Parts: sequence; C-alpha cells; structure tokens
Amino acid sequence: MLIPSPLDPAQAIYDQIVPAGDAWMHPLHTGQTLRIVDLEGNQAVDTLFYNAHDPSERYSAPDTVRAQGNLYLTAGTRLMSSEGRAMATITADTCGRHDTLGGACAAESNQVRYALEKRYMHNCRDSFLLALANGGPGFSKRDLPSNINFFMNVPVTPEGRLTFEDGISEPGKYVELTAAMDLIVLVSNCPQLNNPCNAYNPTPVRMLIWDCA
Amino acid sequence: MNAFSPDLIVLQDHLRGGESGSFILRRGYTLRLTDSEGGANVAALFYNAAEKLERYNMADTLKAQHIFYLTAGYVCYSDMGRILVSLTADTCGWHDTVCGVSNAALVREKYGEGRYQELRNDFYRNGRDRFLVELGKWGLGKRDLVANINFFSKVTADGDGQLHFHPGASHAGAFVDLRAEMDVLVVLHTCPHPLDPHPDYAPRPAALTLWESGIGGGPDDPCRLSRPENARGFANTARHFCQSHSH
Repeated sequence: MLIPSPLDPAQAIYDQIVPAGDAWMHPLHTGQTLRIVDLEGNQAVDTLFYNAHDPSERYSAPDTVRAQGNLYLTAGTRLMSSEGRAMATITADTCGRHDTLGGACAAESNQVRYALEKRYMHNCRDSFLLALANGGPGFSKRDLPSNINFFMNVPVTPEGRLTFEDGISEPGKYVELTAAMDLIVLVSNCPQLNNPCNAYNPTPVRMLIWDCA
Repeated sequence: MNAFSPDLIVLQDHLRGGESGSFILRRGYTLRLTDSEGGANVAALFYNAAEKLERYNMADTLKAQHIFYLTAGYVCYSDMGRILVSLTADTCGWHDTVCGVSNAALVREKYGEGRYQELRNDFYRNGRDRFLVELGKWGLGKRDLVANINFFSKVTADGDGQLHFHPGASHAGAFVDLRAEMDVLVVLHTCPHPLDPHPDYAPRPAALTLWESGIGGGPDDPCRLSRPENARGFANTARHFCQSHSH
C-alpha cells in the first residue's frame, strides 16, 4: 500500500547518512517517527527492534506475519514483538512491499548459498554482531532473531517456492514507522554482493527522525 | 545410512495434545514424529547441543533451499551454515516454518479462559509458554526463542502474500523422519497451530520414535543432492567434526 508522508525533512530532529556496509544503532522513543530513505534504489536495509527497557522483548517476524495474516510488510503493518505487542507501525511507504522472511546475510550462510570461498565477504551479521558488542552490556548473538529487510523483494509462490528478486524500490523511495514503545533500532545497511537484493551495488541510506506530532 | 526397520528402534514415547518435551538427539540417530490421530501440530526448535548459541535459522533454511515450507529432501540449517537435522522421509508433504506459535493472549482470545484452577491438566496451554518451560530446563530463555517449525501444519501464501491455513492437511499415521547431523537439542510441543481456525481447544497427540539410522549426508544422500547449497551445508557440517566432505 503506497502512502506518502506529510512530514517535512526540515523539521526532523535527526538526519544522517548511513553508508553501505555500516551498522546503525539508535534509540527511537514512543511516538517518534523514523524514515529510512533508499537514496539510490534497491538497497536492502536489515532492521531489528528491541524494547529499550527490556531487550529480551524484540521484533518477531513470525508474530508480525501471523498478526496481519500476510507475509509482506507495508503501510499499516504493525511490527510485533516476541511478547505479542506492537512495537511500531509502518505509517508511510512509497515502496510498497518489504520482506521479513529472508533474514540477514552472514559469512556462514554465504558459504552455503554461494561458495565455501565467500566467507571473507562483509555481511550483515558481522555488522549486527559488532554493533551489539559495542551497544551496551549483555547483548550477544542470542539477540539476533529473524529481522526485517526494508526495500527487499522476496516473493513466495502458492506452490511454496521462494526467491530473491530484483528490488521494486527506486531512488528516493522511503518507509516510515512510528514507535509504540521506547525502542532501540538496529540496522545493517546490507553489503551483500552475491544476489540482486542490492542490485549488486550496495549504496547509502538516509535516516530521519521526527518527534511526535 | 540404514533404512527404517523396527529392530533399529531405540526409544518410543508420545506427547499428549498440548504437552511439551526436550531431549538430545545424537548424530546418527533419527527422530520419527508421527501424527497419531490426524490434525496434529508439532512445534519444534533445534539447537547444537554442544553450543546452544548455534540454533535453527528459519531464514537461512528457506533462502538456502529457495523454499517456503519443509518436506523430505530438505534440511534445517543453523545460523552457522551447518545442518542440524535432515528430513529424510515425509508422508505429510508440507510443514510450516513461518507462523510461529500461540501465546497466552492469543489462546485466551480464541478459546476463552481455560485455567488450571478449573480444568486441572486439561488447561489451555500455549506454544510460547511450553517452549519457555522446556528451554528453561537447559538454561535457555526468551532470547533463545526464534522462529520454529510447525510439523504437520500447512500454510500457503497467495500472490499477494495472504496466508492460508489448510485444515486436515495431515492424516492419522502421517510421519516425518528427522536425521540428526550433529548432537541436537530438540524442543517440541503439541499446542495447536496459531492460525488453526478450529473453534475449540483440541490439541492432538504425537508419537516419537527414535531409531538408529547411522550418519548420513554421503555423496548419494538425497538431502545432499536436492540442492547444490546442501552439498556445501554438509561439507560445513563435516568440517565441524573434522571429517572430509563425505563419509
């Protein structure tokens, strides 16, 4: 569902570029809105959410698809936690479809998917692990459940096939979500070069935050 | 690898509807899950018993094999590029791994109040609580709870991504064989699938049969041959045991 945002970037309280291959960990308070802009198009943005006050409550892909009875995320989707509560709602979306089945790329899964020699390549799980290691006491690999891939296109057929396809995003498309609880947002701006999820050319994204209206 | 034969059985057990269990499935053994009466849902999670930070990864399992469901010939990947278990036989045909489990609020909303106080051991159990109870027995908890498999439950997605639960997809006697490729902590429960539209809380039982299959994954193994990715998955798993690619 395509819903543009009325928010004005000039009014944002935060406005930063995240280069390709970087991680970004940032608080998002209840009522604040985060916009992720796909600056150059077809850039997968791997994203997780934690309850800032109790990070054992985190984003849950199964709870999110089950709650809405649909695999794809778009405007109106409530991003559900492992405790079955809404963490945030997607309030604007000019791309139209986002994935939450494909997970994050990792050195080890790249070996399985492409070749044993691919282990050296930069990947989202490395970005996640480093951000978690630096992000405060107690975070570890235990805190990496299935994530969201904003702007990524992973169609599933009625027969049960699943593929990574060329993106449906374009330069300047964005997704916006409003926090329903105090959150820690963890992003890996995906460095994958082995499949079309980044159009074989990982590019920067822009993060904007607005205080509640 | 051995073909199944009753004299290879080393253990038989069963789970009542809504019950849970957890145990170590050793490499070289196969767990047969049987839908005893038809219509069962057996929710499962898998961990490397030696290093429980290594665990079943739904996303890697799906994207490595380009699938949205599990059946014979596919394998269950850990987050470390290794194979936890292989599905070596399946008479059901479709096992969901996307929809997760029910929680207390969902069960109350669907079936009404069903407390121990009134119902004793027929109380309405939910999937999340059963997983947390079993995980707790191994020193694990909420942070170890990831997307699970729902054996014997079929959920498809249409072209728009809309999910459809298929009642009656599994019949009495349907079974699936899970061959352990490393020592695996298996965590199971038989609470209803969260999308099962049946209006009554009526969880179905399942039978567990542990048999000595021998180690698989050799050059002619159907699970290895089903996808080129799986040959690399078996190679990674063999490296974990300091073995060559095939045995």
